[in-house]
This record gives sequence, structure tokens and C-alpha cells, in this order.
Amino acid sequence: MARQRKHPLVFWVSALPPSLWLFGFFLAPLAIVWVLSFGEKRGLIDVEITWTLANYVRALDPLYLGVVAKSLWISGVTTVLCLMIGLPVALGIVFAPGRWKPILLFLVILPFWTNLLIRTYALIAVLRTRGYVNFTLEWGADTLGLPFEPLALLYNNAAVVIGLVYVHLPFMVLPLYAALDRMDKLLIEAALDLGASQLRAFVTIVVPLAVPGIISGVILVFIPALGSYLIPDLLGGTDSQMIANVIERQFKRANDWPFGAALSFLLMYLTFGALAIRSVLAKGDGGLEAK
Amino acid sequence: MKVRHNARRIQPGPLEYTRRAWMRMILLATFVFLYTPIATLVAFSFNDSRRNIVWRGFTTKYYEKALANDGLIEAFVNSLSIAFVSTFISIILGAMTAFMLWRFRFPLKPLYEGAVTLPIVIPEICMGVAMLVFFARIGWPTGLPWPLNLGQIAIAHVSFSFPFVAVVVRARLASFNPEIAEAARDLGAGEWAVMRDAVIPHMRPGLLAGGLLAFTLSLDDFVITFFTSGPESVTFPVKVYSMVRFSVTPEVNAASTVLVVITVTVTALALWIQNKQSSEARG
Repeated sequence: MARQRKHPLVFWVSALPPSLWLFGFFLAPLAIVWVLSFGEKRGLIDVEITWTLANYVRALDPLYLGVVAKSLWISGVTTVLCLMIGLPVALGIVFAPGRWKPILLFLVILPFWTNLLIRTYALIAVLRTRGYVNFTLEWGADTLGLPFEPLALLYNNAAVVIGLVYVHLPFMVLPLYAALDRMDKLLIEAALDLGASQLRAFVTIVVPLAVPGIISGVILVFIPALGSYLIPDLLGGTDSQMIANVIERQFKRANDWPFGAALSFLLMYLTFGALAIRSVLAKGDGGLEAK
Repeated sequence: MKVRHNARRIQPGPLEYTRRAWMRMILLATFVFLYTPIATLVAFSFNDSRRNIVWRGFTTKYYEKALANDGLIEAFVNSLSIAFVSTFISIILGAMTAFMLWRFRFPLKPLYEGAVTLPIVIPEICMGVAMLVFFARIGWPTGLPWPLNLGQIAIAHVSFSFPFVAVVVRARLASFNPEIAEAARDLGAGEWAVMRDAVIPHMRPGLLAGGLLAFTLSLDDFVITFFTSGPESVTFPVKVYSMVRFSVTPEVNAASTVLVVITVTVTALALWIQNKQSSEARG
């Protein structure tokens, strides 16, 4: 690596275009939103920047605080469910015979390559009142001669959680797999030889060794889940709106840009907070993280 | 490592969790959960029934219908045009970023690296909102003729794609042998000749993989596009979204299947190239 002063021309030719783009078309838009969040609405589209904190204070209103709490709750439940499903799945892949490993990993990643909107739409077709789940249940009830009432599986909080787990599961399985695959399997064998039960070996050996993977997985699921827009929009009901949906409403329907700007910066601060927690935890586990 | 593997194969011990019925059940249930929705979506795009629930025989009429839907085709052409343009720009900017970060030390470099990865980590909604406000505030002209009306979307796509290209190309450059560049310089090559004849050829697989990644990111994006597109500039995912809001129809299934096939193919290609380059680097 060379100092930039040694080859100023090469440095500036390669640094300038991407930097200009980054500042002009990414950091500048963010800065505008930030400034806007301290503005006051005047008329339909006019905003006056008065450096007021009113928009942030308004975000503390119980109504919006409730939305923030709900978003944290929904993404928290999603993360826990992903961990509960992801840990056995990762363990299963780690201990699978060699030739099965890449196939199983591929099967975990493949859905992740398909468009988020289309996966959400596919879930609607499965969960709706006239969807495949209800259809299967009706068919089952009919054969048994039982009365059948279609279940309301869609447009509620449970549907949002199902959707979020469905979309974010690979983010949990992959880091868990990476952490567990490095684990020395002889440790488990030794524990079992010394008389530990399978459960005890799992709790005292597998889980502690999976901690770096658990931290990465939790952050990788929690952050995008917290900011998700499409899934609560399409699968949720009127009371399952998350922060992103409220932000969208301020910009597209309510037309209150300063308030929407303040909310979107609050969401960004929450994201950075989660990332900061991750880097602190990763430092504590530095030895493990670096193999 | 080898010895341990062999020892396990001879002695099917208590560690072969994958042979246990409960583990197989968990794996099976997870994969059923992951695949049933997409599989039914694809299957029912060929179903000869509007009701979309009972199988009534094979047909491709919904693909013909989707092809005859002018709005859908227009949105598809828009999406492809945006993807090509934004991929092209992202490759150039991403390669420059990767090269600069790889080659030079400069003041505040960690801060700069953080700023480059920011588009990857911030919530999509925040970026979408930022783009909406930005183009409104600077008075970006609206109502331009095609393809200029897609400019805003293409710019937004470049902003979130080129950092991904930079990450991929940077990883590729890590395997570049600096002695090659030194040898070239000793033989009298200037900075530009070293770039053209040694660095860029080495980058090429990374550029290709990064470019394919940028292409699928652009083709797939809904949230950010949703905030930058106007009524005159609708992309494929935005169009599908408006159709999905109305109802579940086989026509949407057909359109979705086409998009899934394209993005899966392109991603598989990108991964294959990356795999090949990493095994080359090892070998």
C-alpha cells in the first residue's frame, strides 16, 4: 500500500469519481433528510428549517412510541424464532455427511436469491382465506366430516412474523453454520464419553462455541427485520404497522416530510445502535471471531 | 483433519445427528416451509384455472397473457434498461473504489471506508426516503421523455449497488501478487501500463461477479425504487406490487416466475464465477 502523496494523479483519478458520487447522490440526500427533520411544515409542500426539535418530541408521543415498541417486539420475536429454527438446522448441516453439506447449504441460500416482493406474494397465496393452508385444512375437515371455518391467517401480527422469519432465516443459518463448522467436534465426543447427556453437551459445549455465530445471526436478522417495509405492508393488518410503514405514510400520504424525516433518522440511529452493540460484543469474543 | 474424518466414518458415533429422526424432521419441515410458497407460485402459473387453488391441467396461457400486457412489458423493459445502465456505472465506480482502498493509505481512511459501506447497512426505507426528498428538493426535472425519465431510479440504484461491487472487487484484489506490479515497473512500465496490463486483468473475474450482483440488486429492488419512481417510470417490481395489491392471479404468478428465473440464473452465474476465482487463487 502506498501513501496517496506518492502518486497523486493515480490517487485522484481513482478516488474522485466514486467520492463525488457517494457525496452527491448518497451522503447529500441523507444530509438533506437530516436537516429536514429539524424543519416545520408550512403549507402543503413548503418546509421551513427552524432547527426545532418538535418532530423528535412528536415521535415520543405514545402513539408513535407504541409503533416503535411494536416494531422492536415483532423483530425481536422474529429473531428468537429464527434462532430457535436456525440452530438445529445449522447443527444438522454441520453434522451432515460431506457430500450433503453443500447441497443443504445451497437449499438454505436459494430462496434468498428470489425477489423479496415475490416471496411475500407467494406467502399471501399460501396464507389467505382461500389459500393452500386453509384449502388443505378444509379438505382434511371434509374427509373427517367435521365442520370447517377458514382460519384468518393473513393481515395480522402473526402473518408479519411468519413472513419475516421466512425471509430472514438464511441470515441466521449461515453465520451459525460458519461458527459451528469451525468447532472441534472431538469436544462433544469427549463430553459424551465422560458421561454428559446429549442435552448437557449441547448446552455446555455447542451453544458457547456458537456464540459468535449467534451474535452475527441475531444482528443480521434483527436489523433488516426492524426496518422492513414490504412484509408488514402486504401481510400485516391495520394494527401491525411498523416504523417503516409510518415513515412511508408521512412521505406519500400524510405529506408531513419533517416528521417522516425525524422518524427515518430515529430508525437509522436504532440500526447504528444495534451495529455498535455487535462490534462491542465481537471485540469481547475477538479470539473466537478470528478463528 | 483427514484422520478425524476417517475415524468418524468407520465408527458411526453419537455425533451423527443428521441420522436421527428428529433432526431429519426439523430439516425437512424447514425446507418445506422455505420452498412450498415459491414452488406453488411457480406450479400454479401453469395451472389452467383462474381460481388458483385446484389443479386443472397444464397451460401456458397466463404467460401469453402476461406477454400481451403492455403495462407489464413496459415495466419489464424499464427494469432491464435501468439494470444495464446502473450496472455499468456501478462496475466503474466500484472498481475505482476498490482499487483506491487497496492501493493507497490516506488520512481518515477508516471513516471513508465506513461511508462507502453505509449504503449497504442503512435500512432501505431510509435510503428510499432520502432519494425522494433529494430529487424533490434539487428540482430534478420531471416529465422527461423515455429513457431519461428513468434517470432518478438509475442514480439511486448506482448509489446502493456500487459499494457491493467495491466489496467484491476488493476481495479479488487481495489475491493480487504485488511483485508482478514491481517487476513491470522495473521493466519500465508506467503506472498506467501496470494498471492496464496487470491490475485490471486480475480484477476481471471480480468485476464480472460484482457486475452480476449489481444487476440482480437493481432488477430486484422494490423499496428504494418505489420512492423514486413516478407514474411514468414504473419498474417491474413496482408493477407487480400494484398488481399484488389487487388480487392473487395466475398472470402475476407467471410474471413473478419469469423474474425469479432471471435473478436465480444471474446470481448462480455470479457465484460460480466467484467460486472459480477463489479456487484459482488457492490452486
